[in-house]
Amino acid sequence: MVKKVAIIGVGNSKFGIRQDVNIAELTFESVKPAFEDAGVVGRDIDLLVLGSVGSGGWYEEMLPAVIAAEYCGLTGAGLLRCEAACASGSAAVFTAYSAIVSGNTDLALVIGLEKMREIDTPTTMELIGRAGYYLWEFHNFGMTFPAYYALYATSHMAKYGTTEEDLALVAVKNHKYGAMNPLAQFQREITIDDVLSSPIVAWPLKLYDCSPITDGSSALVLASEEKVKELGIDTPIWISGIGSSSDTANLSKRLNYVGLRPSVIASQRAYKASGIEPNQVEVASVHDCFTIAEIMAYEDIGLCMKGDGAKLIQDGQTEIGGKIPINLDGGLKAKGHPIGATGVSMMYELTKQLREEVEKTRQAPLNKYIALAHNVGGTGHYCFVTILRR
Amino acid sequence: MGVSMPTFKSRPITLIYDIPNSKTLQFWDGLKEGKVYATKCKKCGKATFPPVADCSDCLSSEMEWFELKGEAEIEAFTHIIIRPSSFQQEKPYTVVIGRLNDGIKILTWLKGSKLSAVKVGMKAKLVVRSNSEGEPIYMFVPI
Ligand SMILES: CC(C)(COP(=O)(O)OP(=O)(O)OC[C@H]1O[C@@H](n2cnc3c(N)ncnc32)[C@H](O)[C@@H]1OP(=O)(O)O)[C@@H](O)C(=O)NCCC(=O)NCCS
Ligand SMILES: [Zn+2]
Repeated sequence: MVKKVAIIGVGNSKFGIRQDVNIAELTFESVKPAFEDAGVVGRDIDLLVLGSVGSGGWYEEMLPAVIAAEYCGLTGAGLLRCEAACASGSAAVFTAYSAIVSGNTDLALVIGLEKMREIDTPTTMELIGRAGYYLWEFHNFGMTFPAYYALYATSHMAKYGTTEEDLALVAVKNHKYGAMNPLAQFQREITIDDVLSSPIVAWPLKLYDCSPITDGSSALVLASEEKVKELGIDTPIWISGIGSSSDTANLSKRLNYVGLRPSVIASQRAYKASGIEPNQVEVASVHDCFTIAEIMAYEDIGLCMKGDGAKLIQDGQTEIGGKIPINLDGGLKAKGHPIGATGVSMMYELTKQLREEVEKTRQAPLNKYIALAHNVGGTGHYCFVTILRR
Repeated sequence: MGVSMPTFKSRPITLIYDIPNSKTLQFWDGLKEGKVYATKCKKCGKATFPPVADCSDCLSSEMEWFELKGEAEIEAFTHIIIRPSSFQQEKPYTVVIGRLNDGIKILTWLKGSKLSAVKVGMKAKLVVRSNSEGEPIYMFVPI
């Protein structure tokens, strides 16, 4: 029998440059509050799934799940690490969810973890840039992630008339909400001019069009319906559907550069799994690793027609008070983007939103209590869309 | 943040991988002769670039080689200013995706054009030139 799965405890570290903690200590910062929130301890957990990409690359440890388990008192639980690039966090949620749905496990811990600031920026860009197809796109051509998304940006701009100002509006909105989020890496508002006059990284993307390089961790306790009852959880947040999809490693083999097909397919699969339509979603976190990515996400997950994404941001439809508020935690842009932690942190935020526990100024008005997390890995290499309901 | 905290240095590591290319040698040798080769599956006819030894459609490993030629139309471009560590010695470079007449698309550098002249829809030609390390690589130049 297929079981229902709820998020019953959440925790999130402060995101930013965290030179004050090593990976174990950084993990602890999200696991402890998640345990306290759920009313469980490490010994109660059957399975730990950890999403992280940088082991042995951005940071020195090769087996972060084992270290996290030992440091947070879970040794003995089933352990594994999930990799789906920037969607590793959602992949970890999917894995733990599947273990509970299948009846294999009743109580699981999901951790998203990344420590990206122990090495210098050019080396970090090198490691991320290799995460496409090293052989064909990096070795001779030195692709970077800002550059990959810049290719999408120039194509979208040429086809739909999207402008640099439209892109800037995404950064301005997300910095506005980031300024209200104490966990965010950047807690300052910015203007369109700040974005337009910031240094070019990969034209047309500028410094303020990019998510930053971030250290952070996030944790969720997931439970079966029986366990929710047994623990007497007040406000479980149910995972009502997950959809996933993928695209080619070589960018040159993609159909076009105006959207991410896996976002379209993964979202359709998620809507179907949870039996809802896009217009029923009341609050969302979308993968804004670069400003163009947020505009494409609006279109790809069905919030507007293809090509109309810029209009949605121009009209303020994705702010509180608009049709559907998006990235009220500051998004990857302002909250920060610790690669493997991001998907888990999206669920942390949406759980808090659905429980109406975030800072008042950035709380989405809710009625049906339906939220969506859209998490892209790589440059659309992976995509997971997860729908949560209270 | 911004305040520097106590840390200590890990032991260093350098990784250089030996990447096998025996099955696509014709492509690498072709570059030395100024030619860009792609593969075509003998069984199902699927043409592929970058070249492959095995067909993802019909799983056959019988490939024939053909030379890529002709004009391309640029579908997307970017000028990379902030560069990764192993490209620090390069000047900023332009990367494009060009679609050849036969539909094959290629991601590579575009050289020899003023930055402001690079546009989606512009026409370009596929050529082989030496990179700054003296290795032959394929790239686009404006027509
Ligand atoms: C854009 C980028 C190269 C800048 O890196 P950097 O030069 O090392 O940036 P630093 O951390 O040295 O910061 C320099 C300044 O810019 C600010 N800054 C850095 N990144 C920023 C960003 N993305 N947005 C806004 N401000 C930023 C910093 O706060 C700092 O300001 P200060 O001097 O007032 O303190 C880097 O953030 C990057 O590569 N981002 C993309 C990461 C990525 O590809 N992720 C995967 C996406 S899927
Ligand atoms: Zn074939």
